[in-house]
Amino acid sequence: MSARSDRGSDPPERARDGWGSHVQDMMRLVEPLIPALRRYARSLLRDRVAADDLVQDCLERTITRWHQRRPDGDTRAWVFTILHNLAFNRLRQLHRRGEHLPIDGIDDTVLARAPTQEDGLRHQVILDALATLPDEQRSVLLLVTVEDLSYAEAARVLGIPIGTVMSRVSRAREKLAQVLAAGAGINAAPSRLRRVK
Amino acid sequence: MSAPRPITEEDLQAYVDAALSAARHAEVADYLQAHPDVAARVETFIAQRAALRAALAPIAEEPVPAGLNLAALIARHGRPARYGWRAVAAAVVLFAAGGTTGWLARGPVTLSGIPALAQEAADSYEVYAPDPGRPVELAATDRALLVRWLSRRLNHSVVIPDLSASGYQFMGGRLVATSNGPAGLLMYDDTHGTRLVLLVHPMAPDANANMTEHQVGHVGGYAWATEGIGYSLVGPATNKELHPLANEVRRQLRNGI
Repeated sequence: MSARSDRGSDPPERARDGWGSHVQDMMRLVEPLIPALRRYARSLLRDRVAADDLVQDCLERTITRWHQRRPDGDTRAWVFTILHNLAFNRLRQLHRRGEHLPIDGIDDTVLARAPTQEDGLRHQVILDALATLPDEQRSVLLLVTVEDLSYAEAARVLGIPIGTVMSRVSRAREKLAQVLAAGAGINAAPSRLRRVK
Repeated sequence: MSAPRPITEEDLQAYVDAALSAARHAEVADYLQAHPDVAARVETFIAQRAALRAALAPIAEEPVPAGLNLAALIARHGRPARYGWRAVAAAVVLFAAGGTTGWLARGPVTLSGIPALAQEAADSYEVYAPDPGRPVELAATDRALLVRWLSRRLNHSVVIPDLSASGYQFMGGRLVATSNGPAGLLMYDDTHGTRLVLLVHPMAPDANANMTEHQVGHVGGYAWATEGIGYSLVGPATNKELHPLANEVRRQLRNGI
């Protein structure tokens, strides 16, 4: 579990530097994250416009709160935390209003052009299955498997212990496998395989 | 010899994510070899991980929309009172590209990285594309000479993308001056006389950068950088083909054509 935990801490902030160096740090540390932030937001909301709005909100907060960040901290986990909290507020609002995110049919996530139609269909299958997971499982799975956050970083973003991250990832994968297997018309993995401890 | 630590569910998950130490990874691999039923389950998870990544990768490859341009957002939101506004202006000018800030940005401060490239490409387009008589210095017929010239001055072997399948013929090119050194300008046109410019130059900051959309006045474009070389394809901002064409240029350059 150590292989990925050594990256992600930024060089210490230069002392007594003014806003100019903050701007340079933001451009250096935050701008490269934007494609991944868009992907995470869209994977959760499944709506391109709503997701980009959320990312814009996230970037604005990142800018105005930049001086509050721990200078030796991990910028990526910090920015993902801001985005994650915004996304979950939005999801809660949608759920409260009884609005449902699309589960069937082509959604915006897939409209991100797949190289071929066959790829597009295959992508649609896995994304439909992903959409059936509870938000808590979906988010942790995305952070760990797609966004390459370490378990420790994901724990920080979600505000939960690492052990919980791992058990949620495990449950999410199990559920996803079941949904995919059911969709493919074959039996899900026998449940006796679930625990190997 | 002490008994090996038992393999836990957490080990299996971390194995799927390639997050184990090399030693532990090997122990789990041995365990899986001896337990095919568990190995099958782990294989499923590995395939699932690859499928998710592949399905969502295209989102991160899209150009970042103009509304998420960080430099512009900083210019709008990042002026806390405790920093002098002159310092802020200087810092923002350093990074601002495009839009109405474009002209302000040409002040005494030199742009760098992708914002600079975007500005330079738009400027070159404004100057050379409308030129009726001599838009390029070396025409397409002198392609080999042009490639040698640009490659020598940019210290990089310049490749001329072929956009004829998309209806754009290569017209020729020239060397142009930018505040960040020499750049190569390649020009294309279609049968309606619509001209596009691809500007190429070595990058100091932003040696690798995702494709970003930019607009300066009525000139639109897409800029990116790969392994120290920056590219920006610019044309009329109303041209809907710019984005797919930029993708095509990037694809050809990636594959060495």
